[in-house]
Amino acid sequence: MQLQSFLEESARTHPDKTAIVCGNRSLTYEALEQAANRLAHGLIARGVQRGDRVAIYMDNCIETVVSMFAVLKADAVFLIINASTKEEKLAYILNNCRAQALIAPAKQWNRMENLSDRTPHLKTVVVKGMPGSAVESISDVALEVESRNDVDSLVISYDRLIAQNADRDDPPPQSAIDLDLASLIYTSGSTGEPKGVMLTHRNMTAAAASVIEYLQISEDDVTLSVLPLAFGYGLYQVLMGIRQRATVVLERSFAFPHAVLKRMVEHQATCFPMVPTIAAILLQTDVSPYDLSSLRQITNAGAALPVDHVRQFRELLPWVDLVSMYGQTECKRVCYLEPEQIDVRPDSVGKAMPNTEAYIVDETGNRVKPGQIGELVVRGANVMQGYWELPEATERSLRPGPVPGERVLHTGDLFRMDDQGYLYFVSRRDDIIKSRGEKVSPREVENALCEHPAIAEAVVIGRPDEMLGEAIQAIVTLSGDKRPAEKEILRHCATRLEDFMIPHAVDIIDELPKTGNGKVDKKKLKEQYRGEVASG
Amino acid sequence: MSDISTSLREFIKENFLYGAEQAYSDDDSFMENGIVDSTGVLELIMHLETSYGISIEDTELVPENLDSISNLKRFIESKSKSATIAETA
Repeated sequence: MQLQSFLEESARTHPDKTAIVCGNRSLTYEALEQAANRLAHGLIARGVQRGDRVAIYMDNCIETVVSMFAVLKADAVFLIINASTKEEKLAYILNNCRAQALIAPAKQWNRMENLSDRTPHLKTVVVKGMPGSAVESISDVALEVESRNDVDSLVISYDRLIAQNADRDDPPPQSAIDLDLASLIYTSGSTGEPKGVMLTHRNMTAAAASVIEYLQISEDDVTLSVLPLAFGYGLYQVLMGIRQRATVVLERSFAFPHAVLKRMVEHQATCFPMVPTIAAILLQTDVSPYDLSSLRQITNAGAALPVDHVRQFRELLPWVDLVSMYGQTECKRVCYLEPEQIDVRPDSVGKAMPNTEAYIVDETGNRVKPGQIGELVVRGANVMQGYWELPEATERSLRPGPVPGERVLHTGDLFRMDDQGYLYFVSRRDDIIKSRGEKVSPREVENALCEHPAIAEAVVIGRPDEMLGEAIQAIVTLSGDKRPAEKEILRHCATRLEDFMIPHAVDIIDELPKTGNGKVDKKKLKEQYRGEVASG
Repeated sequence: MSDISTSLREFIKENFLYGAEQAYSDDDSFMENGIVDSTGVLELIMHLETSYGISIEDTELVPENLDSISNLKRFIESKSKSATIAETA
């Protein structure tokens, strides 16, 4: 089964049901299927072929959802890039996967004047919201003339591409199979360069089926999601909702909690997926004016919810099932804690989800006894195919499993299991920082800092933070006498890094502590900063 | 009272753009244009309360009041007006 069949099947059985809501716009299943088919034909006409990578550089909006299904229907591979990604990294990702097409808002595209010179593989850029592209104003004759001319130009309007294919409501013929790649999801790695997680249709349909099974998502559900679609956790809200003929209400962010709460009431939301930062904000918000009685389930992933917050949450919304979960982009999800267990073991992330196996091994690969700490290993149809064109990194993560030819995922996360089989997250084995539920590579931030002319060395560590999980602390030494202001350093970072990666504080010191072999002693720095928090 | 816009722009430039010049119109959404992110909203609210002496109700923390220069200006003006009426009454 292929991923786009989720939509095709639901459009056949529930054409008039609302599939997606965003702001004051919504699409029924039939309208979503129609738009995706038209855009798919348009992409094919623009030269997109089976297996081509098509990047979608947009935030949570209806066009992102239409685009991802259109790409799949064109037998191609979609990747969603966070709208806050800066030009440098966008160019890196587009070149890394040699994307043949890009779908982006016209405004952003126009701002990035030189991008097309740096991305030679890019053959088509579909821009949304190009002035003068209103569908109504284009006559059939004009369309015909334009479609001939369009072939030669790099940029075409999204609306025009759909209008040109207005009579093509059926999906294009398909040749891809479920072993083909459906999506790449870029994630931060310890090397500092983002890595493209390769997921086949089979990986994604299997993951969706398992999660749907334990969350019991049905057509009666209304999921309200503020999570970015570039993030696996956000993406699956849409995939699962559409498979189950539910309704998904997309919000751009949780920046305005009261606006989101209003939307929850307005749409009678039943499911709300969150990360710990959202939980921390919710706990500080007076929710009493809002009738949230329709809410049946809140899920948490991205990072562990502090036990104290779990308790407060249970008091705040006692009728809501709180589901603690753990996963990785590399396999989508690993385990979940049944809501009945949340008061008994609030610090556990439960047991493996259906059709997935999770176990803990020591450094030699042998399974450890209950209570002992080791690396979590995952088996299942949800496990990725590897990192795009990174055979070494892939080999470190995917290792031979029990069945000949099988590969299991070594998560790099340290866990322990109690004697009843419940899993507990201990720490990461590398120094990846989790801030606002997103993975931040210290190396990526350090690289950006070191590009500043006045900075000699930079170290980035995570500092415990009530609201963020971990705050990003930069510690730098200078190369000359010029002492830049903290703000200047942050501004420099803001031109290179996504919002969630920008340090929360920068300390300038004379010398970094080093270990015996001359490496920066991160452990010592972490202890220093942790001590400061404890005493301050 | 166009100086509200000017001083708001100055605050945003200093605190969210780290002093960089970025062109945006009074009606551009901060969120959609990546000018202020979700943690920035909290700083913005504190700024409004301290610099304009207004107190903001939880339910007023919505994009219609806070998500562009025009919205902010309108919000601050209406809050200041209602505060003046309350004082003189």
